Formats: sequence, C-alpha cells, structure tokens
Amino acid sequence: MTGYVRRHPLLSGVIAFFALVLLLSSFPIVPETKQAVVVRFGKPERILNRFEPGRPIGAAGAGLSYRIPIVDQIVWIDKRVLAVDMEPQPVLSTDQRRLMVDAYARYRIVDPLLMYIRSTTEDNLKSQLQTILRSDVRNELGSQPFAALLSPERQGIMDDVRKVLNSQAANFGVEIVDVRIKKTDLPDGAPLDSAFDRMRTARYQEAQSIRAQGNKQAQIIMAEADAEAAQTYAASYGKDPQFYDFYRAMQSYKSTFVTGTEGKPAAPTNIILSPQNDYLKEFTGRAK
Amino acid sequence: MNILLGWGGRIRGLFADNKGPWGPSGSSEEPPADDGHGGGPWGEPPSGGRRGLGVRSVGPLDELLRRGRMRFGGGGGLPGRPDRSLILWAIVGFIVIWLIFTTVHSIAPGERGVVTRFGRYSYTLGPGVGLTLPSPVDRVQKVDVESIRTADLGSQSSEDLMLTGDQNLLDIAYSVRWNVKNPEWYLFQLADPEETIRQVGESAMRAVIADVSLQDAMGDKRGEIEAQVAERMQRILDGYRSGIAVQGVAIQQADPPAEVNDAFKEVTAAQQQAQSYINNANAYALQRVRNAQGEAAAFDKVYQQYKLAPEVTRRRMYYETMEQVLSKLPKTIVEAPGVTPYLPLPQVQKEQQGQQEQQQ
Repeated sequence: MTGYVRRHPLLSGVIAFFALVLLLSSFPIVPETKQAVVVRFGKPERILNRFEPGRPIGAAGAGLSYRIPIVDQIVWIDKRVLAVDMEPQPVLSTDQRRLMVDAYARYRIVDPLLMYIRSTTEDNLKSQLQTILRSDVRNELGSQPFAALLSPERQGIMDDVRKVLNSQAANFGVEIVDVRIKKTDLPDGAPLDSAFDRMRTARYQEAQSIRAQGNKQAQIIMAEADAEAAQTYAASYGKDPQFYDFYRAMQSYKSTFVTGTEGKPAAPTNIILSPQNDYLKEFTGRAK
Repeated sequence: MNILLGWGGRIRGLFADNKGPWGPSGSSEEPPADDGHGGGPWGEPPSGGRRGLGVRSVGPLDELLRRGRMRFGGGGGLPGRPDRSLILWAIVGFIVIWLIFTTVHSIAPGERGVVTRFGRYSYTLGPGVGLTLPSPVDRVQKVDVESIRTADLGSQSSEDLMLTGDQNLLDIAYSVRWNVKNPEWYLFQLADPEETIRQVGESAMRAVIADVSLQDAMGDKRGEIEAQVAERMQRILDGYRSGIAVQGVAIQQADPPAEVNDAFKEVTAAQQQAQSYINNANAYALQRVRNAQGEAAAFDKVYQQYKLAPEVTRRRMYYETMEQVLSKLPKTIVEAPGVTPYLPLPQVQKEQQGQQEQQQ
C-alpha cells in the first residue's frame, strides 16, 4: 500500500480525496429544520426526520443518517411551519359589494413522501397551495354578506376556509396550520370614494348635532338662570307689591333720564311739565 | 496521503518565506522588546524570549524556522524527512486551535446557545462559558432571548387604511415589541419568524379593528385594542409553536384618512363652538342670578326702612328721584291747561348736543 502511494502520489491523492467525499456523503447530517426523502434511482426509499405532531425537539429523527453514495439521492424538504401568501384579490359579497382581501396560510409538510410525489419541489408546492388558497378564500368569503367579511374570524368563516383548504392540501402531504385574513380593503375608485363621502357627511352631521346640542344646553342654562332670578325677585318683591311698584318706578326714572342703562348715557330729554303735576303741587302755592 | 502532506509543507514553506523578511526588519528597528508581538515568533530564532513558549515546542519551532531559511536560501526540493514532524506539529496546532474554538463557547448574558449534535437538537447553553463537543459534531447557534425587538407595521410613510367595525376607514401605524422566549422553537419551528410576526400582527390588528368603531379606535379604547391585539398575536404565535413572546403592541397613530380630515376638523371645531355657547350661557346665567340677588337684597334693605315709616320714606324717595331727574334736564312748564305751545324740538335738541360737545 505505502509502496503504491510512493510510486503514484498524485493518483493516490485523488483517490483519497474521492474516498473522503464518498465517506462523508454516506453519512448525511439531517438538521432539525429539515426532513428528507431518500430516493434510490428515482424510487423513494426512506424518509428521514419526518414530522410527527407532539414529538419534542431533540427526539430521534434529526441527526446523523446514512445512505449509499451515488445510488441514493436525498431530497431535502423543510420541516418548519411555512407561509404561503395570497395576492390581494377582490371578493364579491352576497350584497354585491366588493372587497379586496389579502390572506395568508401557514402550513407544514407532514408527509414529505406524498409531497415529493405530487409536487417534487417546495416551490411547486407553494404555487399549487397558492392557487387552492385563492379559490377557497374567494368561495368561502363570497357567500357572506359584507358585514361578515369585515371580521370573518368572529363568524368562524376562517375556520371553514381552513378546513376546506386542509382537506385539499392533504393531497399534497400538507397540513394547514392556520389561514388568516391579513387585510380587507375597499377597492380603489368608486367604493373607496363613496366610503370617504359617507365618512365626511357623517362627520358634518355630527358637527351639526354637536353645535345644536351646545345651543340647546346654552339655552337651558340661560332659562334656568332667568327662572332663578325671577324666583329671587318674586320672593323679595312679593312682600309688598305696591311699594315695589313705587320703588321700581323711581329706579326706572333715574336710569331712564339720568344714569342711563348698560353704560349708555341717557338720551337727552325735554320735559314739559304741567303745573298740575304732583311734583309741582307746592309750586303753585295752593294748598291741598 | 504523502503528496497531500507534501503540499502542506510547501505552503508552510512559502508562509515562512513571506515571514522571513519581516522578522529581521522588525528586530533591527526595535530591540528585543518587540519580540512579544509582530513578526517575533516567525523571526530569527536568536531574537526571542520566545523559547519560554514551552519546552516541547522548541524543537519543532526551530525546525520550522530552519526550514523557512532553507527555502529562502533557494533550496527548491520536495519535502524530505524533516518535513514529517513539521507537518505533524502544524496539524496538531491546528487541531488544538480548532478544538478550543469549537468546544468552548462564551454565551453573553441574555443569550442562549442552542446545541445541535449532528443536526439534532441536544441541549441549550445558558449564559457563561459552555463546553460542547468540537465542531463537526456539535454546533452552537446563539439566540438573543432578552433584548426586545420591534417590528413597525402600518403606515409609516404611506397611508395604510383599515376598515373599522362601522365600515369607516382608519389610517393606522403601530409597532410590535417581541422577544424570544423559547430559543429552540424559535430556531426550528418557523421558517421566517420576523415575517411571521409582521403578518400575524397585521392580521390580529385588522381583526380587532374590525370589531370596534372608528371613534373607539381613535380615542380612549386604544389601550384596550393594544392589549387585545397583543393577546391575539400571542395566541396565534403559540399555535405555531414559534417560541416568540409578544411583549406589547403600541399604536403610534390612528387617524382618519387624509381625504376626510377636514370633516373631522369640522367636528372638533363644532365641539369647541358648542363649548363656547355653553360658556357664554354660563356667564350670562351667573350675571343674571347675581344681579337678581343684588337687586333683591337692595330692595329688602330699603323695604325694611320703608316699613318703619312708610309715608315719609315714600315721599322722600319720590322727591329725591325727581330732583335728580329734573335738575339735569331742560324743563318747560306750561301754565295754561289745554294750550299746547309750539316747541321747535329739533332746535332744542341741537342746542343740547352743542352743549354736550362743549362739555366734552
């Protein structure tokens, strides 16, 4: 052996290199995040690290494995929860209103063999799931009134979508973990504009009613004050209406002719008196 | 195998060649003090306190250096017998370094080291120094579990409209704070954790907003909405076994869309206007009631006095008032009853105005 190596160093080096590569490739390392299908001449032989619900991380599955070099091909398949995102698409509600719905699904490949047979690659699988997701979302949501579309979770619609999607995805060895609506938008153009209009008019209406309410309150406050003032006056003046009449007349004369009211001076006045006037009764000198 | 080792030796030799010129130049500029670093170890053998490296390593090191000088001198031959031990030592050194670097792991506080053995999860290292098997066997992935990360969602720059329960539109921006609570799940369960958080956050926020009215979303129910979204996100993420803990959701902005902003300002204006109506009314009311009280009190005082001597008080008040009134006004007393004199009233008024202006 050593003699051969001495004589053919280059050749033996190359051989050693390939031997090493073969040795290493015979023992593939299966990470926790991957499952794998071992394919022998195109025929699936074994599944490595297959997902099983409830099995804790670190249990048997991932780790060092083996294969026959060259003969066995390994197809790696993701073991984690994956996402498929749907393009926003219009959904028509039963009351003929349009809504743009953006949804996503989370899934896990639970049967890598089936998935490999049906879809071969993960990208294929993804586009297939996307198609199914799109039609399921449209079908399920399309049979709902607009109000229900706003929060499909509340009505359990999303659970229905998930069930339908799950039954179809099972054909690809996929389990749907979750389907959710990411967004529900009004489509651009007329629906959006009319929504804005509605919001605007609703606000104006609110503004009007707030103003009216304020006005109403103001009037009530003023009326109450008037009533209270009247009560106060009545309680006081009611003691002697005759004297009040006289007292008020005196005040009124003063303010009308002398001091004026509310800061305005009294208007200039000419007074024409008859000597018969009570005030002048002594003026004429005649006795009563 | 031999040839592989030979190549290694050649490379080593070239390496020594390169280092050759550095050693002498370094030591000529700066005497022995420089030996600790720089080209010291690879330089001329005499210039070294480097022998202290360890008794065992002296031999091979010398060997290596001599080999280096030999190459420098132009000895071109393939590796001979002395190379064997040189290569061996290089490999041993390499392996030792390899072992040190791949078995000893320092995990920062707030980090966890997830150890996988041949790809399979083995155990998790806490903060501090942790030991594992060397590299191809054990791998360590460090995960930051303490620091809170933030995902910003909604309209940061452009408008992002969301439909509320009363079918209005809301322009909303919010952020999600999260950290890793279970590093193993975080590493192995989700394909794209950050994107997942964003999508889950968006979905949860939309679901909650679709249940509340626009007024609530913009106003005092914000806190409630934030809590609900966080709770909903946590439930969904736990459903994925994501190992992520949602620390909180913060709504940065919840406004009506720009298109209808004016109408919303109108409401604010109306509110203020209504308030000003009420304020005015209150002011009026206060004045009115105080006035009434004041006048009533004044009347009461006078009335008390009046009661003591009604007739006299009455006459006195009458005369006083008339005095005040008539003293300041132009008066005309018409004697003959039934005769109405012609009074040039406009002229009289003009005179009066003239008088007033003079006074002013």
